[in-house]
Amino acid sequence: MSFDWKSYTPVIIPDIPNLHEIDVYTKNGGYDSLKKVLSNDWDPEKVINEVKAANIRGRGGAGFNAGLKWSFMPKPDGGPRYLACNGDESEPGTFKDRKIFEYNPHLFIEGALIAAYAMQCSAIYVYIRGEYYSWIKMMEKALKDAYDKGFIGKNILGSGFDVEFHVTGGAGAYICGEETSMLESLEGKRGYPRVKPPFPAQKGLWGRPTTINNIETLSCVPLVIKNGADWFSGIGAETHPGPVLYGISGHVNRPGVYELPTGMPIETLINEVAGGMRNGKKLKGLIPGGSSTPILTAEMVKGTNMDADSLREAGSMMGTAGMIVMDEDTDMVEMLWRISHFYHHESCGQCTPCREGTGWLEKILLKIRNGDGEIRDLELLIDLCSQMEGRTICALADAAAWPVRYTIDRFRDEFEARCKKSTYALA
Amino acid sequence: MANNYEFTPEDLKEIETIKAKFPEVMPATLPTLWVAQRRFGHVEPEVQHLVAETLDLPVSHVHGVATFYTQYYKEKMGKYVLDVCTTTSCQLCGGYDMLHYLEEKLGIKAGETTKDGMFSIQSVECLGACGYAPMMQITNDVYVNNLTEEKLDEVIESLKADKMPEFESVGMPQHTERS
Repeated sequence: MSFDWKSYTPVIIPDIPNLHEIDVYTKNGGYDSLKKVLSNDWDPEKVINEVKAANIRGRGGAGFNAGLKWSFMPKPDGGPRYLACNGDESEPGTFKDRKIFEYNPHLFIEGALIAAYAMQCSAIYVYIRGEYYSWIKMMEKALKDAYDKGFIGKNILGSGFDVEFHVTGGAGAYICGEETSMLESLEGKRGYPRVKPPFPAQKGLWGRPTTINNIETLSCVPLVIKNGADWFSGIGAETHPGPVLYGISGHVNRPGVYELPTGMPIETLINEVAGGMRNGKKLKGLIPGGSSTPILTAEMVKGTNMDADSLREAGSMMGTAGMIVMDEDTDMVEMLWRISHFYHHESCGQCTPCREGTGWLEKILLKIRNGDGEIRDLELLIDLCSQMEGRTICALADAAAWPVRYTIDRFRDEFEARCKKSTYALA
Repeated sequence: MANNYEFTPEDLKEIETIKAKFPEVMPATLPTLWVAQRRFGHVEPEVQHLVAETLDLPVSHVHGVATFYTQYYKEKMGKYVLDVCTTTSCQLCGGYDMLHYLEEKLGIKAGETTKDGMFSIQSVECLGACGYAPMMQITNDVYVNNLTEEKLDEVIESLKADKMPEFESVGMPQHTERS
């Protein structure tokens, strides 16, 4: 059974010219969901339950049910509570949220406002990576327009609900996409991830209850309120439902961001949606959801769909749905070395296994890349991965280790062939 | 200590607007460093002092932040900083070729600045434009997508005439197809 993707009509980024302008957005039913929840019959709990039932699994990579996450917020105590929106989008292969900032910023703003109402937050911050200067300016404009129309601020739409909404930018640090690191950065500090517990819902921004959601996740919220949880959970894969923004890059004819239901066959995404492999080459490997998700071989891609269950079965993860496609000419050693260089560069340096481990992964891979490697270096790399995974405050060490572990495991011949000086395996 | 750098009244007004967004002053550190960098072109130690003084925060804090984030220039850079992305998708699609072409064209290596102070080149980590690889960003501002040697020639010529390329909106392929 193949899904007729061509008949799918995008809802997160619909094909409506100038939808980024607030008047166009409101003319097309924009902010109606906010009006709906601020009317009398929707109390915050009802909103949370509806979003929970829709099963919007976080689009930032972790895939956790957004409504369930909201329900972890403690009861209001009269003090400030925050919603922090993660627009750091720094995982290599990921370039979807900027499309929302550019084409449908008010959908995101509306979703964040509904979330803030559901969790009774007093302020919303959207943190956007510093490199996205152009998109930060777009969001500033969109927020100003929403303030001017009375969708943000005091007594929104006469409901008595008050919330402030600010945009702030990073300054170049992958780690700030990690939620607690983002909070540190928002507080004006170096982006060092925090030890959990306490979780942000207990102690987040300035020690107050805070929830962090991805931009795309929040953009799904107005759609759920408008069309109902059943509508949302009926789209795409049963256990990982909804529309999703697939970012397809690498060796394909038509790279870009595509909105389609979850659970799309990877082969359809590559061969049809993205226009097939560039120059008629064969597929060699695919990173399904940003550079930290384990690479799949062409063989493993067959019959695998883009949803959490199918990808787990195949031996990888959904991540951010940022798919990096590699053709038969790709040098896996070179590719992996560059990924390791990235994680070494981006380790915040707080935990020793990560700070030192990422450096050694890169050094050893550089040695292999330069033709000076030995077979036992491959075992050393795997051993190093085992000493990094799960031993640090945040998941950056895991994110750095997985590509090394799985690329070597799945393309071992290629790595061995590079290790010319091979003598004995150490194992 | 006398400081050679000073914020303009407009800068100070902008900094006040930034401070008003937050319940404390510390969160203004990153945005104020941005205001400083856009004004002076870098955040050398003296500029870090100015930021610390303006926000009434310890210099050590501002220095710690300025050195943690890669986009802050800790030394003087060329008038135009060409950040060529070489991370995975760009690497696969010729990012290094573009970097090397620029290096040859401008006669400098990544990490260096031309003698006339016009250009610096950097090889940078993923900029989140993976579908439009290879690409680069100019001085923390405009993204230039789908680079080719010809496109780089054009951009350099235009920058020599002090003209920044315009923001280039990359559409959604699904939209263009339908229209």
